[in-house]
Amino acid sequence: MSVPSKISLRDVAKSFGPKKVLQGIDLDVAPGESMVVIGGSGTGKSVLLKCILGLMAPDRGSICVDGEETVAFNDRSRARVMRKFGMLFQGGALFDSLRVWENVAFGPIQSDGMKAEEAREVAVAKLGAVGLGPEIGELFPSELSGGMQKRVALARAIAREPEIIFFDEPTTGLDPIMADVINDLIVKCVSDLGATAVSITHDMASARKIGHRIGMLYEGRLIWQGPVADIDHSGNAHVDQFIHGRAEGPIRMQVRKL
Amino acid sequence: MNIPLLTVLGRMFLAFLEATGAVTAFAFHAVRQAVQPPYYRRQIVSQILEIGYYSLPVVGLTAIFTGMVLALQSYTGFARFSAESAIPNVVVVSLTRELGPVLASLMVAGRIGAAIAAEIGTMRVTEQIDALTTLSTDPFKYLVAPRLIAGIVTLPILVFVADIIGILGGFLVGVYKLDFNDAAYLRNTIDFLQFQDVFSGLVKAAVFGFLITLMGCYHGYTSKGGAQGVGMATTNAVVSASILIFTFNYFITEAFFAR
Ligand SMILES: Nc1ncnc2c1ncn2[C@@H]1O[C@H](COP(=O)(O)OP(=O)(O)O)[C@@H](O)[C@H]1O
Ligand SMILES: [Mg+2]
Repeated sequence: MSVPSKISLRDVAKSFGPKKVLQGIDLDVAPGESMVVIGGSGTGKSVLLKCILGLMAPDRGSICVDGEETVAFNDRSRARVMRKFGMLFQGGALFDSLRVWENVAFGPIQSDGMKAEEAREVAVAKLGAVGLGPEIGELFPSELSGGMQKRVALARAIAREPEIIFFDEPTTGLDPIMADVINDLIVKCVSDLGATAVSITHDMASARKIGHRIGMLYEGRLIWQGPVADIDHSGNAHVDQFIHGRAEGPIRMQVRKL
Repeated sequence: MNIPLLTVLGRMFLAFLEATGAVTAFAFHAVRQAVQPPYYRRQIVSQILEIGYYSLPVVGLTAIFTGMVLALQSYTGFARFSAESAIPNVVVVSLTRELGPVLASLMVAGRIGAAIAAEIGTMRVTEQIDALTTLSTDPFKYLVAPRLIAGIVTLPILVFVADIIGILGGFLVGVYKLDFNDAAYLRNTIDFLQFQDVFSGLVKAAVFGFLITLMGCYHGYTSKGGAQGVGMATTNAVVSASILIFTFNYFITEAFFAR
């Protein structure tokens, strides 16, 4: 690849006790690219994102952001890199003691030191970008439906105009129509910001819609990576089984943990 | 399975050491974060309100009945030695040194320790704590430090109020039930009271305030596994705070009064 990678992982591994979750992940994401990692439940997709975000330390391997090795960062450097990130959590992870607009304005106010009034305008604009009116800003997260919470969480993730946005199962738990709305919003927000995106999902419709490239996580490794267009003729039996959702095939569902 | 008793005891001892180490490391990290900027003033103020103001009714009721029962009990006991005049002294010393700080703190541990563990635990299992970190906000500074500071500041105030209300309770029983002369009762109370009685109680309160909020934060912060985990964190926060209160109470008393 000629352009330097925005994010680059080499041999990243993470275990919890005897349970090996990631066993050597190699991944490169180019600037402006939207990478989607697919994989079954419990295969370590969220763990992978948390390692990149620095919320978890990998056991070994290297994670570079803009060419900078981040694994052994101190607090200050970590904060500097964190400023480039936006993250949409699986359950939304909205602060339920704060109003919707305060949630969206949280990053700008608490970490960028923006004045509350200015941040409120930013929040209203970002809520508008995800199709929510300013009156929603006065509500508390618990007063919103699941789809609306996801939108607010998206607005919060883009409020600081991050360079890299992470999406953890953005459509899980939504009806197909709302899922498609969220997919469209993600595509729009990412391209408006010109951001790099890394998403994880097990929803193939979502993966096809928001991804430029897809990688499949299985047994702790990315067993296949390629452009979205190639996913239907990957020549990989695991990928075929996953995208067609067949119970029969090389992937055996683990019913019990470990 | 046949596990010899010694093995079980050994494992329990190791687990205890491990937990003590983890709590100590957590406490050191929390204190270091608490003294460094940024300070979240709004969080501190709202925690002081939550811990202090809203605990007043509970602590007040505890104090007044404690003062009342102290007067009554010491009367029934001291009457045997015709030592009824010592009642005001007994009430004020027991309250300010021991019962005020210990009982008020136990009530606050039940109310606040549990609430903190539940709130922070829920934030942990719903990834809100991770979300704070990704928004470049240190959860120790934003969540833990304000609660610790509020605990250390508010408990002494609460206990001071509890002392006064408790003494009032003793006074009411003394004057209206046991037929003490009201001026004499008050004079006895004040003459006998020493600065150190009240001061040691307030020092205890500050320490207990730290322990209660620390246990709430620690158990909430380290909770895992959904609603059940949060429930366990809540119970553990209250139980461990209560035991620590009794333990530290002894050692602080010894430091102040042992000769
Ligand atoms: N903090 C943790 N402690 C212990 N085990 C964990 C932790 N986080 C995740 N795991 C385990 O790692 C595995 C992968 O989890 P996760 O990444 O959440 O899966 P998913 O692909 O569904 O997002 C699961 O089996 C989970 O139990
Ligand atoms: Mg997940």
